[in-house]
Amino acid sequence: MQAGESIPVRPFRAARFDWQSFFGRGATGVATLLIVAILAVILGNIILHGAGSVSWRFVTTGTAADMFDAGKAGIFPMIFGTTARVLLMTILVMPVGVLTAIYLTEYARLHSPFTRLVRGAVNNLAGVPSIVFGLFGAGFFVQFLGQHMDAVIHGQQAATVWGKPALVWASATLAVMTLPVVIVATEEALRAIPQGLREASLALGATKLQTIFKVVFPQALPGIMTGAILAISRAAGEVAPILFTGAAYYMADLPGSLHDQFMDLGYHVFILSTQSPDVRRTEPLLYATVFVLLVLTFSLNIAAIFVRASIRRKMRMLH
Amino acid sequence: MGLKRGHRARPAEWLTEKLIFAVSLSAILTIVLIFLFIGKEALPVALGRVNSARAQEVIPVAQMETMSPAELQRYLELTPEQYEQMDGETLRTLMELKVEIAGSVSDNKDARVNTASWRHLLLPHQWEGYSEPEYIWQPVSEIHKFNIVPLIVGSLKITLVALVFAVPLSLLAAIYVSQLARPRLREVVKPVIELLAGIPSVVLGFFGLVVLATVVQRLFGTESRLNAFVAGIALGFSVIPVVFSIAEDALTSVPRNYVQAALALGASQWRAAWQVVVPAAVPGLFAAVALGFGRAIGETMIVLMASGNASILSWDLFDSARTITATIAAELGEVVIGSPHYRILFLIGVLLFAVTFITNLAADVVMHRLKERMEGRR
Repeated sequence: MQAGESIPVRPFRAARFDWQSFFGRGATGVATLLIVAILAVILGNIILHGAGSVSWRFVTTGTAADMFDAGKAGIFPMIFGTTARVLLMTILVMPVGVLTAIYLTEYARLHSPFTRLVRGAVNNLAGVPSIVFGLFGAGFFVQFLGQHMDAVIHGQQAATVWGKPALVWASATLAVMTLPVVIVATEEALRAIPQGLREASLALGATKLQTIFKVVFPQALPGIMTGAILAISRAAGEVAPILFTGAAYYMADLPGSLHDQFMDLGYHVFILSTQSPDVRRTEPLLYATVFVLLVLTFSLNIAAIFVRASIRRKMRMLH
Repeated sequence: MGLKRGHRARPAEWLTEKLIFAVSLSAILTIVLIFLFIGKEALPVALGRVNSARAQEVIPVAQMETMSPAELQRYLELTPEQYEQMDGETLRTLMELKVEIAGSVSDNKDARVNTASWRHLLLPHQWEGYSEPEYIWQPVSEIHKFNIVPLIVGSLKITLVALVFAVPLSLLAAIYVSQLARPRLREVVKPVIELLAGIPSVVLGFFGLVVLATVVQRLFGTESRLNAFVAGIALGFSVIPVVFSIAEDALTSVPRNYVQAALALGASQWRAAWQVVVPAAVPGLFAAVALGFGRAIGETMIVLMASGNASILSWDLFDSARTITATIAAELGEVVIGSPHYRILFLIGVLLFAVTFITNLAADVVMHRLKERMEGRR
């Protein structure tokens, strides 16, 4: 061995490449990317084909001429019908949902069997298939409630006013369906309010009910709004529950009263994509209708995300 | 005059509080009502009290005068409204038609079979003109055939495709978003994936029908453009956000110090996620998959639009298939209220409700246990 030649030093231990981490990170990252890509493809496709066909005339006129002809048909009656059923649903569902949430957060003990039961029912309701709500609406609201109302109002003449599919029954069915959405969102909003606020109010001599409605409720209002928006966006695109409870294939006039049927945006998408005699001629119309429906539900969704984010920021400062 | 307490002190408040309590029962009440009112319509079939045989006892036209209106309406299978609109002449014609039908089908040996009995709902039967016993759903043919097995197989087949496609993808993405992604990225990706849940199912059905079906046909050269595979993938799109957000919640609810302990022992971020967090969150992941299954089997519009709706019994993924939900959606609008067909549609509705009810219940119980464990109350 010559001088100056160094002895080769083996490293104490070679840092081996961590293949498991590499593949794990890779697979999960790719999966995430893939889901985002799916969303992008769906939205991109609809925007690309749909946005161009939407015109002012399209959203403000009816379909009298030819339902399936892209050159003449409009979708105003469907936008009107969907808006009407969703607003009516909001009026029906909000009081029930908010009061239930108030009971769950302000009165019920946190882990009592009864609370568990109510919460279980709420969770379960959230998972009931929408077509089952449709069956329920047809069996309960239309057949049972509607026909009994007819019997009471019109006696034995058996005029069918309420005992058939109608705007009000579609809205009621959707209200039942969106009940869990409202309850969960309101509960979250109520729980986010610091306990100290309630205690301060009670210490000043306010009763529990005064505390709830004058202190807690106003603070929770933005969160409750989020619940309403989420319920609306969920209901706006639903078709299955209204198939037998109120949606009509075609109507010459706009619905004028609660017991009229209505045309609906989502149902119209279904009709256009499955019943058209000439698919090629209908396609631009179909894409445009889907685009309008998507804009409607997405703007609601995004609004809910923003309201919720701003509440969370505010709450973090309060705590 | 002493101090008043309880409901005497503030009757209005006492009443309001009772009202709030009463309203809070609404969710429970609704579940009970759903069971009652769907069950009510299905009960006669479930109990075997419905007879759907085509050649039934025929009442001679001459006896029409002696029948009560209610009897007549039921005998002619009319709804009350339809009955109201008919005059005596029309009813007489219907009576004659009934006799005629009975005469014309009586040479078919199946005409006397009660096709709405449990035996014919579930077991194969050798119908006239067939060479072997088969499972057939043909509610509007000459002999109404109500075998529900093809529908159950159709539902399971499409659900299976959706889950095989969506579950691995959503679970992996949930691990990435909750454990590996940087906070800034996470704040963006999470709402974006949840936006998928905001796409109405009729839009996903449309996408499956117009875009996906064409792509799949070009890739695989399938015979029928609309089939179980196309419907399954489109259905998967709606399952992804359900499984993802519940799984992500479950993973995030694992206390942070589990991860920190693992990292302190020299584990990489991935190993901490895979070997510590995931095992701790397994019940939550199970619940996510269960709810994904419930969502998939109950979805209506996507399968109605993209599956082709042929009620044939086949496990081939590229055959057209018909699900329970699509059958209800397509047929309930056209059936005579109170007829055997109507009641059988409600019966499969009860079946669907029962399946999702049990799935949801299982998921709820598992999630509750997990939450208690994570909060250290067990």
